[in-house]
Amino acid sequence: MSHDSQAHGSMRSYVSGFILSVALTLASFGAVMSNVVPANGRLALIVALCVAQLFVQLVYFLHLGSARSQRANTAIFACTTFLIAVVVAGSLWVMHNANVNMMPMPLSVHQAMMHE
Amino acid sequence: MSTTLATAGHGHAEHDDGSMTTVGFWIYLMSDCLIFATLFATFGVLAGATAGGPGGRELFGLPFVLTETMLLLLSSFTFGAGMLGAAAGRRRVLVGWLAITFLLGLGFIAMEVHEFVELIHDGAGPSRSAFLSAYFGLVGTHGLHVLSGLVWLGVMMHQVLRFGLDGIVRRRLACLSLFWHFLDLIWICVFTFVYLREFTP
Repeated sequence: MSHDSQAHGSMRSYVSGFILSVALTLASFGAVMSNVVPANGRLALIVALCVAQLFVQLVYFLHLGSARSQRANTAIFACTTFLIAVVVAGSLWVMHNANVNMMPMPLSVHQAMMHE
Repeated sequence: MSTTLATAGHGHAEHDDGSMTTVGFWIYLMSDCLIFATLFATFGVLAGATAGGPGGRELFGLPFVLTETMLLLLSSFTFGAGMLGAAAGRRRVLVGWLAITFLLGLGFIAMEVHEFVELIHDGAGPSRSAFLSAYFGLVGTHGLHVLSGLVWLGVMMHQVLRFGLDGIVRRRLACLSLFWHFLDLIWICVFTFVYLREFTP
Protein backbone atom coordinates (compact mmCIF):
# COMPACT_ATOMS: atom_id res chain seq x y z
CA MET A 1 0.00 0.00 0.00
CA SER A 2 2.89 2.34 0.71
CA HIS A 3 3.85 2.52 -2.97
CA ASP A 4 0.55 4.09 -3.87
CA SER A 5 -0.92 5.41 -0.65
CA GLN A 6 -1.93 8.75 -2.17
CA ALA A 7 -4.73 7.09 -4.09
CA HIS A 8 -6.14 4.97 -1.29
CA GLY A 9 -5.71 6.43 2.18
CA SER A 10 -6.35 4.13 5.12
CA MET A 11 -9.36 2.62 6.82
CA ARG A 12 -8.88 5.07 9.65
CA SER A 13 -9.06 8.08 7.33
CA TYR A 14 -12.21 6.75 5.66
CA VAL A 15 -13.90 6.05 9.00
CA SER A 16 -12.95 9.50 10.37
CA GLY A 17 -14.14 11.17 7.16
CA PHE A 18 -17.40 9.26 7.26
CA ILE A 19 -18.14 10.03 10.92
CA LEU A 20 -17.29 13.72 10.47
CA SER A 21 -19.47 13.91 7.33
CA VAL A 22 -22.43 12.27 9.05
CA ALA A 23 -22.07 14.62 12.02
CA LEU A 24 -21.88 17.70 9.78
CA THR A 25 -24.85 16.53 7.67
CA LEU A 26 -26.98 15.91 10.76
CA ALA A 27 -25.95 19.31 12.14
CA SER A 28 -27.08 21.00 8.89
CA PHE A 29 -30.45 19.26 8.78
CA GLY A 30 -30.87 19.67 12.55
CA ALA A 31 -30.24 23.41 12.32
CA VAL A 32 -33.06 23.80 9.82
CA MET A 33 -35.50 21.15 11.07
CA SER A 34 -35.36 22.03 14.77
CA ASN A 35 -35.68 25.32 16.59
CA VAL A 36 -32.33 25.19 18.33
CA VAL A 37 -30.72 27.78 16.05
CA PRO A 38 -32.27 31.26 15.72
CA ALA A 39 -34.01 31.57 12.34
CA ASN A 40 -31.90 34.41 11.00
CA GLY A 41 -28.63 32.61 11.72
CA ARG A 42 -29.56 29.38 9.96
CA LEU A 43 -28.44 30.25 6.44
CA ALA A 44 -24.98 31.33 7.55
CA LEU A 45 -24.65 28.21 9.69
CA ILE A 46 -25.61 25.72 6.95
CA VAL A 47 -23.26 27.43 4.48
CA ALA A 48 -20.43 27.15 7.03
CA LEU A 49 -21.28 23.47 7.66
CA CYS A 50 -21.37 22.88 3.89
CA VAL A 51 -17.89 24.34 3.42
CA ALA A 52 -16.62 22.35 6.41
CA GLN A 53 -17.98 19.12 4.98
CA LEU A 54 -16.51 19.87 1.55
CA PHE A 55 -13.09 20.20 3.19
CA VAL A 56 -13.58 17.03 5.24
CA GLN A 57 -14.43 14.99 2.13
CA LEU A 58 -11.67 16.56 0.02
CA VAL A 59 -9.10 15.64 2.66
CA TYR A 60 -10.37 12.27 3.92
CA PHE A 61 -12.00 10.81 0.77
CA LEU A 62 -10.21 12.53 -2.12
CA HIS A 63 -6.88 12.79 -0.21
CA LEU A 64 -6.28 16.31 -1.41
CA GLY A 65 -3.45 17.99 0.42
CA SER A 66 0.04 19.40 0.22
CA ALA A 67 1.75 15.99 -0.20
CA ARG A 68 4.01 16.05 -3.24
CA SER A 69 1.94 13.58 -5.24
CA GLN A 70 -1.19 15.64 -4.63
CA ARG A 71 0.21 19.10 -5.32
CA ALA A 72 -0.91 19.24 -8.95
CA ASN A 73 -4.45 18.20 -8.02
CA THR A 74 -4.61 20.68 -5.18
CA ALA A 75 -3.35 23.54 -7.38
CA ILE A 76 -5.88 22.74 -10.12
CA PHE A 77 -8.59 22.57 -7.48
CA ALA A 78 -7.62 25.98 -6.09
CA CYS A 79 -7.83 27.53 -9.59
CA THR A 80 -11.23 25.92 -10.15
CA THR A 81 -12.49 27.21 -6.81
CA PHE A 82 -11.50 30.71 -7.89
CA LEU A 83 -13.35 30.32 -11.21
CA ILE A 84 -16.43 28.96 -9.43
CA ALA A 85 -16.41 31.90 -7.02
CA VAL A 86 -16.24 34.34 -9.96
CA VAL A 87 -19.00 32.58 -11.92
CA VAL A 88 -21.40 32.12 -9.00
CA ALA A 89 -20.81 35.36 -7.09
CA GLY A 90 -20.65 37.36 -10.35
CA SER A 91 -23.90 35.90 -11.68
CA LEU A 92 -25.76 36.51 -8.44
CA TRP A 93 -24.39 40.05 -8.15
CA VAL A 94 -25.10 41.05 -11.76
CA MET A 95 -28.58 39.54 -11.78
CA HIS A 96 -29.41 41.10 -8.42
CA ASN A 97 -28.43 44.52 -9.76
CA ALA A 98 -30.42 43.89 -12.92
CA ASN A 99 -33.46 43.03 -10.83
CA VAL A 100 -33.08 46.06 -8.60
CA ASN A 101 -32.23 48.66 -11.24
CA MET A 102 -33.92 47.59 -14.44
CA MET A 103 -37.45 46.86 -13.34
CA PRO A 104 -38.91 50.17 -12.25
CA MET A 105 -42.47 48.92 -12.63
CA PRO A 106 -43.65 46.19 -10.28
CA LEU A 107 -45.08 43.83 -12.88
CA SER A 108 -46.62 40.66 -11.53
CA VAL A 109 -46.75 37.42 -13.52
CA HIS A 110 -50.49 37.79 -13.78
CA GLN A 111 -50.22 41.29 -15.26
CA ALA A 112 -47.47 40.18 -17.62
CA MET A 113 -49.70 37.42 -18.95
CA MET A 114 -52.55 39.89 -19.45
CA HIS A 115 -50.29 41.99 -21.70
CA GLU A 116 -49.90 39.23 -24.26
CA MET B 1 -1.54 -6.79 -23.19
CA SER B 2 -1.32 -4.26 -20.40
CA THR B 3 2.22 -3.24 -21.36
CA THR B 4 1.33 -2.76 -25.03
CA LEU B 5 -1.57 -0.53 -24.11
CA ALA B 6 0.41 1.37 -21.51
CA THR B 7 3.28 2.20 -23.85
CA ALA B 8 1.29 2.63 -27.05
CA GLY B 9 0.46 6.28 -26.34
CA HIS B 10 3.67 8.29 -26.37
CA GLY B 11 6.40 5.82 -25.63
CA HIS B 12 7.00 7.27 -22.17
CA ALA B 13 6.40 4.16 -20.17
CA GLU B 14 8.04 5.66 -17.11
CA HIS B 15 5.48 8.48 -17.03
CA ASP B 16 2.49 6.26 -17.53
CA ASP B 17 2.20 4.79 -14.06
CA GLY B 18 -1.35 6.02 -13.82
CA SER B 19 -0.59 9.22 -11.94
CA MET B 20 -0.84 11.36 -15.08
CA THR B 21 -4.13 9.68 -15.93
CA THR B 22 -5.59 10.57 -12.55
CA VAL B 23 -4.36 14.17 -12.88
CA GLY B 24 -6.02 14.32 -16.31
CA PHE B 25 -9.20 12.86 -14.90
CA TRP B 26 -9.06 15.36 -12.07
CA ILE B 27 -8.93 18.17 -14.67
CA TYR B 28 -12.05 16.69 -16.28
CA LEU B 29 -13.76 16.64 -12.87
CA MET B 30 -12.85 20.28 -12.31
CA SER B 31 -14.37 21.19 -15.69
CA ASP B 32 -17.46 19.27 -14.57
CA CYS B 33 -17.35 21.40 -11.42
CA LEU B 34 -17.67 24.47 -13.64
CA ILE B 35 -20.77 23.01 -15.30
CA PHE B 36 -22.29 22.56 -11.86
CA ALA B 37 -21.14 26.04 -10.82
CA THR B 38 -23.12 27.58 -13.71
CA LEU B 39 -26.14 25.42 -12.85
CA PHE B 40 -25.90 26.49 -9.20
CA ALA B 41 -25.57 30.14 -10.28
CA THR B 42 -28.63 29.75 -12.52
CA PHE B 43 -30.55 28.18 -9.66
CA GLY B 44 -29.43 30.93 -7.31
CA VAL B 45 -30.70 33.59 -9.71
CA LEU B 46 -34.01 31.84 -10.40
CA ALA B 47 -34.71 30.42 -6.94
CA GLY B 48 -37.30 33.09 -6.19
CA ALA B 49 -38.97 33.01 -9.62
CA THR B 50 -41.82 30.66 -8.79
CA ALA B 51 -44.28 32.40 -11.17
CA GLY B 52 -47.08 32.03 -8.66
CA GLY B 53 -46.45 28.28 -8.48
CA PRO B 54 -45.33 26.20 -5.53
CA GLY B 55 -42.03 27.01 -3.81
CA GLY B 56 -39.50 24.72 -2.24
CA ARG B 57 -41.12 24.76 1.19
CA GLU B 58 -44.30 23.20 -0.15
CA LEU B 59 -42.51 20.73 -2.42
CA PHE B 60 -39.50 19.36 -0.55
CA GLY B 61 -39.53 16.91 2.35
CA LEU B 62 -36.37 17.22 4.41
CA PRO B 63 -36.42 13.70 5.97
CA PHE B 64 -36.57 12.32 2.41
CA VAL B 65 -33.56 14.42 1.36
CA LEU B 66 -31.68 13.40 4.53
CA THR B 67 -32.18 9.73 3.62
CA GLU B 68 -30.89 10.38 0.07
CA THR B 69 -27.88 12.16 1.56
CA MET B 70 -27.10 9.28 3.91
CA LEU B 71 -27.31 6.76 1.06
CA LEU B 72 -24.81 8.74 -1.00
CA LEU B 73 -22.52 9.37 1.96
CA LEU B 74 -22.52 5.71 2.93
CA SER B 75 -21.78 4.75 -0.68
CA SER B 76 -18.76 7.08 -0.65
CA PHE B 77 -17.48 5.25 2.43
CA THR B 78 -18.12 1.76 0.99
CA PHE B 79 -16.29 2.77 -2.20
CA GLY B 80 -13.32 3.86 -0.09
CA ALA B 81 -13.38 0.54 1.76
CA GLY B 82 -13.41 -1.21 -1.63
CA MET B 83 -10.36 0.77 -2.75
CA LEU B 84 -8.51 -0.44 0.37
CA GLY B 85 -9.40 -3.98 -0.68
CA ALA B 86 -8.02 -3.20 -4.14
CA ALA B 87 -4.81 -1.81 -2.64
CA ALA B 88 -4.40 -5.05 -0.68
CA GLY B 89 -5.02 -7.03 -3.88
CA ARG B 90 -8.15 -8.69 -2.49
CA ARG B 91 -10.44 -8.99 -5.48
CA ARG B 92 -13.48 -10.51 -3.79
CA VAL B 93 -13.44 -7.91 -1.02
CA LEU B 94 -13.24 -5.17 -3.66
CA VAL B 95 -16.11 -6.53 -5.74
CA GLY B 96 -18.21 -7.03 -2.60
CA TRP B 97 -17.77 -3.40 -1.55
CA LEU B 98 -18.38 -2.21 -5.12
CA ALA B 99 -21.62 -4.21 -5.20
CA ILE B 100 -22.77 -2.56 -1.95
CA THR B 101 -21.79 0.84 -3.37
CA PHE B 102 -23.80 0.05 -6.50
CA LEU B 103 -26.91 -0.84 -4.47
CA LEU B 104 -26.63 2.33 -2.37
CA GLY B 105 -26.25 4.43 -5.53
CA LEU B 106 -29.20 2.62 -7.08
CA GLY B 107 -31.26 3.40 -3.96
CA PHE B 108 -30.33 7.06 -4.29
CA ILE B 109 -31.35 7.16 -7.97
CA ALA B 110 -34.61 5.32 -7.22
CA MET B 111 -35.47 7.90 -4.54
CA GLU B 112 -34.63 10.77 -6.86
CA VAL B 113 -36.70 9.38 -9.73
CA HIS B 114 -39.56 8.83 -7.26
CA GLU B 115 -39.27 12.47 -6.13
CA PHE B 116 -39.23 13.77 -9.72
CA VAL B 117 -42.24 11.66 -10.70
CA GLU B 118 -44.18 12.91 -7.66
CA LEU B 119 -43.33 16.54 -8.45
CA ILE B 120 -44.38 16.21 -12.09
CA HIS B 121 -47.53 14.34 -11.05
CA ASP B 122 -48.41 17.20 -8.67
CA GLY B 123 -48.13 19.73 -11.47
CA ALA B 124 -44.71 20.95 -10.35
CA GLY B 125 -42.77 19.79 -13.41
CA PRO B 126 -39.85 21.68 -14.98
CA SER B 127 -42.20 23.76 -17.15
CA ARG B 128 -44.16 25.14 -14.18
CA SER B 129 -41.76 27.95 -13.25
CA ALA B 130 -38.21 29.18 -13.75
CA PHE B 131 -37.47 27.98 -10.21
CA LEU B 132 -38.55 24.45 -11.08
CA SER B 133 -36.71 24.49 -14.44
CA ALA B 134 -33.51 25.41 -12.61
CA TYR B 135 -34.22 22.81 -9.92
CA PHE B 136 -34.77 19.96 -12.38
CA GLY B 137 -31.77 21.10 -14.45
CA LEU B 138 -29.40 21.12 -11.49
CA VAL B 139 -30.60 18.10 -9.52
CA GLY B 140 -31.26 16.14 -12.74
CA THR B 141 -27.71 16.74 -13.98
CA HIS B 142 -26.35 15.41 -10.69
CA GLY B 143 -28.68 12.41 -10.98
CA LEU B 144 -27.44 11.70 -14.53
CA HIS B 145 -23.87 11.74 -13.21
CA VAL B 146 -24.77 9.23 -10.51
CA LEU B 147 -26.46 7.08 -13.16
CA SER B 148 -23.29 7.12 -15.30
CA GLY B 149 -21.35 6.27 -12.15
CA LEU B 150 -23.59 3.22 -11.68
CA VAL B 151 -22.95 2.06 -15.26
CA TRP B 152 -19.21 2.56 -14.73
CA LEU B 153 -19.39 0.64 -11.41
CA GLY B 154 -21.04 -2.27 -13.20
CA VAL B 155 -18.37 -2.24 -15.91
CA MET B 156 -15.55 -2.12 -13.33
CA MET B 157 -16.98 -5.03 -11.31
CA HIS B 158 -16.99 -7.04 -14.52
CA GLN B 159 -13.44 -5.97 -15.42
CA VAL B 160 -12.08 -6.81 -11.96
CA LEU B 161 -13.57 -10.30 -12.15
CA ARG B 162 -12.58 -10.82 -15.80
CA PHE B 163 -9.08 -9.29 -15.95
CA GLY B 164 -8.02 -9.15 -12.31
CA LEU B 165 -6.33 -6.18 -10.67
CA ASP B 166 -3.79 -5.29 -13.35
CA GLY B 167 -2.39 -1.80 -13.88
CA ILE B 168 -5.11 -0.68 -16.28
CA VAL B 169 -7.98 -1.88 -14.09
CA ARG B 170 -6.38 -0.21 -11.06
CA ARG B 171 -6.02 3.06 -12.95
CA ARG B 172 -9.66 2.97 -14.04
CA LEU B 173 -10.73 2.19 -10.47
CA ALA B 174 -8.74 5.20 -9.23
CA CYS B 175 -10.59 7.44 -11.72
CA LEU B 176 -13.98 6.00 -10.78
CA SER B 177 -13.11 6.53 -7.11
CA LEU B 178 -12.44 10.23 -7.77
CA PHE B 179 -15.67 10.47 -9.78
CA TRP B 180 -17.80 8.83 -7.10
CA HIS B 181 -16.42 10.94 -4.24
CA PHE B 182 -16.80 14.03 -6.43
CA LEU B 183 -20.55 13.33 -6.84
CA ASP B 184 -20.85 13.31 -3.07
CA LEU B 185 -19.18 16.75 -2.94
CA ILE B 186 -21.69 18.14 -5.43
CA TRP B 187 -24.55 16.63 -3.44
CA ILE B 188 -23.37 18.43 -0.27
CA CYS B 189 -23.87 21.71 -2.15
CA VAL B 190 -27.21 20.51 -3.55
CA PHE B 191 -28.73 19.63 -0.18
CA THR B 192 -27.42 22.84 1.37
CA PHE B 193 -28.26 25.39 -1.33
CA VAL B 194 -31.26 23.77 -3.01
CA TYR B 195 -33.12 21.97 -0.23
CA LEU B 196 -32.10 23.38 3.17
CA ARG B 197 -31.85 26.99 1.97
CA GLU B 198 -35.54 26.94 1.03
CA PHE B 199 -36.39 26.44 4.70
CA THR B 200 -34.34 29.38 5.98
CA PRO B 201 -35.92 32.83 6.23
